Amino acid sequence: MLRTMENQALENQVATLQIKTGFAEMFKGGVIMDVVSPEQARIAQAAGATAVMALERVPADIRRDGGVARMSDPQMIKGILAAVSIPVMAKVRIGHFVEAQILQALGVDFIDESEVLTPADEAFHIDKQAFKVPYVCGAKNLGEALRRIGEGAAMIRTKGEAGTGNVVEAVRHARTILGEIRAIASKPLEELMTVARDLQAPYELVLYIHKHGKLPVVNMAAGGIATPADAALMMQLGLDGVFVGSGIFKSDNPEKRARAIVKAVTHYNNPDILAEVSEDLGEPMVGINLDTLELKERLATRGW
Amino acid sequence: MLRLVQEIWIYNPLEPSNLSNEKRITNHESQTPLEVKTMKKLSQTQSIPSKTIGVLALQGAFREHRHILERLGVGVREVRLPADLEGISGLIIPGGESTTMAKLMMDYQLKQPIRDFAAHGGAIWGTCAGAILLAKDIENQVDAHISTASDQPRLELMHTRVRRNAFGRQVDSFQASLEIVGMDQPFKAIFIRAPVFLEVGDAVQVLSRVGDQIVLAREGKLLASSFHPELTGDPRVHQYFLDMTLEP
Repeated sequence: MLRTMENQALENQVATLQIKTGFAEMFKGGVIMDVVSPEQARIAQAAGATAVMALERVPADIRRDGGVARMSDPQMIKGILAAVSIPVMAKVRIGHFVEAQILQALGVDFIDESEVLTPADEAFHIDKQAFKVPYVCGAKNLGEALRRIGEGAAMIRTKGEAGTGNVVEAVRHARTILGEIRAIASKPLEELMTVARDLQAPYELVLYIHKHGKLPVVNMAAGGIATPADAALMMQLGLDGVFVGSGIFKSDNPEKRARAIVKAVTHYNNPDILAEVSEDLGEPMVGINLDTLELKERLATRGW
Repeated sequence: MLRLVQEIWIYNPLEPSNLSNEKRITNHESQTPLEVKTMKKLSQTQSIPSKTIGVLALQGAFREHRHILERLGVGVREVRLPADLEGISGLIIPGGESTTMAKLMMDYQLKQPIRDFAAHGGAIWGTCAGAILLAKDIENQVDAHISTASDQPRLELMHTRVRRNAFGRQVDSFQASLEIVGMDQPFKAIFIRAPVFLEVGDAVQVLSRVGDQIVLAREGKLLASSFHPELTGDPRVHQYFLDMTLEP
């Protein structure tokens, strides 16, 4: 297993796990916003986004248009890289390591191996340790999160249900993951191998959870967050930061809503400020009730 | 897999093995026995110890700073609003996204109170994004599209001129062993889309470089590092900053 992380003691190393996970720490308490153009990227940066996610269509449009959703056109990503000074993330299809190689060559700062795009591989996710660029992956439960971390993900986010403007699935996934972490933390050591078997998760990572009571990487909220209150809810539940996809640029007043969500994530425990920033934001994105979505329309079921 | 887990363990600031700096803490106590004793007494009866370091918690890696400071035995307060600055003896501005922090700092009227804190002798340490916010001057980047580069709001306290992302994008981020003025052993430093100090004023003391690039500098009671001591668990730079807060 010849990895870049071999021989940690050597000087001036790049792309070590510590550099990747350390970079992920810098996004905590912040908002990462989906953008489809350099113009939107500038609006997001001006509103206080910690990073932008460059993609061709926001999840709500992917849902509406159907068809195969793929990595974005490199020209569009280059335009966004040139437009802002904040980090730029971009999505690849689950298992599509060549799309990932292309994004790394473009100089993208973070790759999202995302269920929002149409999966390219139904059995295997990307070997993320093989890349210099760090990865974020979605998860519905702790087993899934630990498998992704085992593959080399430097950041985990809830899957939620992207493009719905409905926070219920993100809450479900956050409560599931955090609840499973709390359960492991309180178990005796001898039960942990069985826990690892049941979760289908690497044993060493289960041990880490037991010892530290948290994931070894940053744990973000994503999938259906549309209002400042949604964002603060996810923070109060115990997540580290927020991804907002369709919620901003599918709303009436993207600039104002983006600024409000940024403030809500910083001041998530201050109801006075939350009340103030929630005021007069115009119409949020319309949203979809999950019980009207058929199982095959649910993006969170992609990946294992 | 095992190697991966061990690596994750290494960087965790909560890991006691990363904070075996008992000797330095003892030295610190012997220098100021009275103050430390008072602090301990107070902390038994009150919830806030007499010596409290503020960590600007608008966005970014503020929790990592908090963990290391707590291991060193000081009280920590997260600073989000001007009122939170009351009574702290030092302020750390963490790594994160400097444009985000700058915006929230302006939106919640923190700039002037922080400048006042410095003017009254308060010690401030900026790491990475925090070092950018401390600077008098931010280089206007070649790419004219980047409108936030030079006109970005900042504290304008330290006589430094910084270049953001000086080593490149995330794929160029690196770790290195640093020689730091006044430290016997090298310091393992992590540089993440790190800035450097292109120029520094006459009163600025350069404490460390990578090649010929300045990465750690001090001016009076202001300290700026372009790397992240909060990520490696080695508390020596934190201890250095705590000593700074005790200086008259």
